[in-house]
Amino acid sequence: MSILKPDFIRPVGIGAVIFAALAFLPSLVDSYYMSLAISIVSFAVLATAWSMFSGPTRYISLATVVFFGIGAYTVAVLGEVLTFPLVLVCAGLAGTVIALLVGFSTLRLAGVYFVIFTFGLTELVRQVVSWYEVNVTREMGRYVFLDITQNDIYWQLLALFAVLLLTGFILGRSRLGFALRIIGEDETVAKHCGIDVTRVKVALFVLSALFMTLTGAIMAPRWTYIDPVIAFNPMLSFQVVIMALLGGPRRLLGPLLGVIPLTLLFEVLTASFPNHFSIQLGCVFMVIVYLLPGGVVGLYEKYRAPKKRVLATDQNAKTGGSTA
Amino acid sequence: MFSYAVLSGITLGGMYALVAMGLTLQYGVSRIMNLAYGELVIVASFIAFVFMTALGINPLIGLLIIIPASFALNWVIYRVLLTPLVARAKNRGMLEVDSILATFGLLFIVQGVLLVWFGGNYYSYDFLNNAVDIFGATIAANRLVALGFAVVIGLGFYLILTRTRMGTALRAVAVDPTSARLVAIDVNFASCFAFALGGAMAAVGGVLVSMFLTFSTSMGVVFTMKALIVVIMGGVGNMLGALIAGLILGVAESLVATYIDPGLTIAVTYVIFLLVLLIKPSGLFGRAAS
Amino acid sequence: MNTEILLSISGLHKAFGGLIAVNQMQFDVHQGEILGLLGPNGSGKTTVMNLISGALQANDGKVVISGKNITNLPAHKISHSGIARTFQLVRVLPDLDCVENIEAGLAYRTKPLWGDAAHAAALELLDRIGLAKQAHTPAGDLTYIDQKRLELGRALALQPKLLLLDEWLAGLNPSELQDGIALVRKLKNEGLTIIMVEHVMDAIRSLCDRCVVMNAGAKIADGTPDEVLSDPEVVRAYLGDSHA
Repeated sequence: MSILKPDFIRPVGIGAVIFAALAFLPSLVDSYYMSLAISIVSFAVLATAWSMFSGPTRYISLATVVFFGIGAYTVAVLGEVLTFPLVLVCAGLAGTVIALLVGFSTLRLAGVYFVIFTFGLTELVRQVVSWYEVNVTREMGRYVFLDITQNDIYWQLLALFAVLLLTGFILGRSRLGFALRIIGEDETVAKHCGIDVTRVKVALFVLSALFMTLTGAIMAPRWTYIDPVIAFNPMLSFQVVIMALLGGPRRLLGPLLGVIPLTLLFEVLTASFPNHFSIQLGCVFMVIVYLLPGGVVGLYEKYRAPKKRVLATDQNAKTGGSTA
Repeated sequence: MFSYAVLSGITLGGMYALVAMGLTLQYGVSRIMNLAYGELVIVASFIAFVFMTALGINPLIGLLIIIPASFALNWVIYRVLLTPLVARAKNRGMLEVDSILATFGLLFIVQGVLLVWFGGNYYSYDFLNNAVDIFGATIAANRLVALGFAVVIGLGFYLILTRTRMGTALRAVAVDPTSARLVAIDVNFASCFAFALGGAMAAVGGVLVSMFLTFSTSMGVVFTMKALIVVIMGGVGNMLGALIAGLILGVAESLVATYIDPGLTIAVTYVIFLLVLLIKPSGLFGRAAS
Repeated sequence: MNTEILLSISGLHKAFGGLIAVNQMQFDVHQGEILGLLGPNGSGKTTVMNLISGALQANDGKVVISGKNITNLPAHKISHSGIARTFQLVRVLPDLDCVENIEAGLAYRTKPLWGDAAHAAALELLDRIGLAKQAHTPAGDLTYIDQKRLELGRALALQPKLLLLDEWLAGLNPSELQDGIALVRKLKNEGLTIIMVEHVMDAIRSLCDRCVVMNAGAKIADGTPDEVLSDPEVVRAYLGDSHA
């Protein structure tokens, strides 16, 4: 195993130092900036987790908020019954089970069916939870009173993000991660190389869903009141997609480059034009699709090595012409 | 009770079928996965509302304006927004992803504008709201009129597709754009025409639905979902499949709302959708993918 | 010749809607031989290859390798049972470099290699197929013949018992063709069993021990290259009635 090599130890070491420094943020800034920091870190986890699956496979998942909401709801239901770490375990289990069900039933299908399915899944889960709360528990909306401060939430999210990045880093060097890259390049070739593509896709989908669920669970104490409309707000899924796409979902740190500017932008815009959020989100989508299709990472790569690429394709065109 | 449930299910299903026919045209021929489709339905509902309440134009007359206007609007959307994506896509998968993302943008912008103008409330207006007895059930006249118009207009579109030169060209492009080009069909023009025609069907659906249902700015997404489910159930590009699937969905929803719980209609839609995906992903009436 | 049967196909049937692409195909492949699968365009050769490798599901019939029934198993399981393939239209992993393309074949086979061992094995294999210099070139930037070599290398990395070559020699110029034929012969000498779909007659005559000829989805001849190529029915299938 390559654990002890310098090209593993160095980035992990640098990452550890940065995260340790970030942990001191609460003693430096006031609560407004802490709340902003929480937004950034939570979106960073969600967008990075989303990209871990959707980046290489190109399956656009709109189910982010399903898992996020399941996490939040688990805390609302069990928060006062169990200790918080146990609640997190339960949330993780719930998210995993749902992700397995969704994954095995939809990941055999073409990408477009998957988008549509996840597009509606939020609506379905929200309706089912609402129906259950109204008819079975007779408790629409729940209060979350837990002894968890804003700083605790920040530290937990930061730790979750660190674990996610480490997981992503190890995954990038593992057989599983390599299998996912091959699937992204050519699924047919992947199958004939002996890769069980459905299992690989489901495994990654579940892993990414697990991080989303935990984010929801950690964020839940931030609201004191949760109902299905708050927990399963479909806008969140779209925000995550657009952040990951702006940054670049095919690199581990790519999504972060989209999360930071967009979280700040949405923060400013919603403060100045609270009723125009939907229009803003739409415009950001348009800008990215038409002006920045490869994301920030794509832009960087395009300007960093334009010459080599042109030469290579030129040569390819020549030989292709002479042999075809 | 039962005949009422079935009858209102059929009217609802007729609307779903009409709306889905437009979407299957856009996806099957133009290869655009238009996720802003339901927004166009709702925009037409609001325009019908404004016509009726502010200008006193009844929605059936309004169709005479709305059909050509929506056709023109969708033509422009295709030319301005989607042509660049078609041009840069290397394969069908890339065009699908790009069109999904671009139409998400459109969805949010249209929804946002409606929200600013109309707010989040539910709207409805009074039109032919008198009760009619049919098969022992009492049903509002506007539902029957809407169903009648849906049948006539749906049939009209169907005849355009199967009996005219343009329709034949559209069907050829749906089967194989590359070969269609070889027999001198202008594929870009056909795609644009199909997209505009599909958009016009969405608008008709929106106007008819507004006659008997309450609607709000956030309902576009629900229409998109249901239309997509009907399209997939019926088999992409299959008009008759869309009709039958639409009716199945409408009746199933209506029965569940009547006998079990109105809060579970989307859950039913979903269960049906999931079953189709698991058992026959090419659609109930689609050809198996080769 | 070794008479032990490696692969046995019987009653294989595949229809696309009303079109019968493969009709009751039946043939055996012996250990260590090169079998040529011939026939006019559209006669169902590639469909047979796809049925053997699990890219398509058969409607009826049986595919057995080394006594193990692999009919209609998913493609990755068939790959694990010792069958590797190349594609009619060459398929490399364009954004990955040559070493990674080979590692794709090494990392998920029955006895997988990973990490340093895989890297070393990949370099060794690249050397064997003549791509050592391009080890770190993205596969999409290779020339056509080199992409074909690389695709073959990826198939060999799987350590197959049976290799399926679907028009692997098509589109090569005369000197590349000689290189290609030499490479396939080397593989046969190393003991590999091969089924090749091919139109290049020079290659068929010099490489194949035996040929199966298909027309309209069915087998019309089975024998040595000379036998089948002089068979009147085969000539009729290729050239029409007036030449028979």
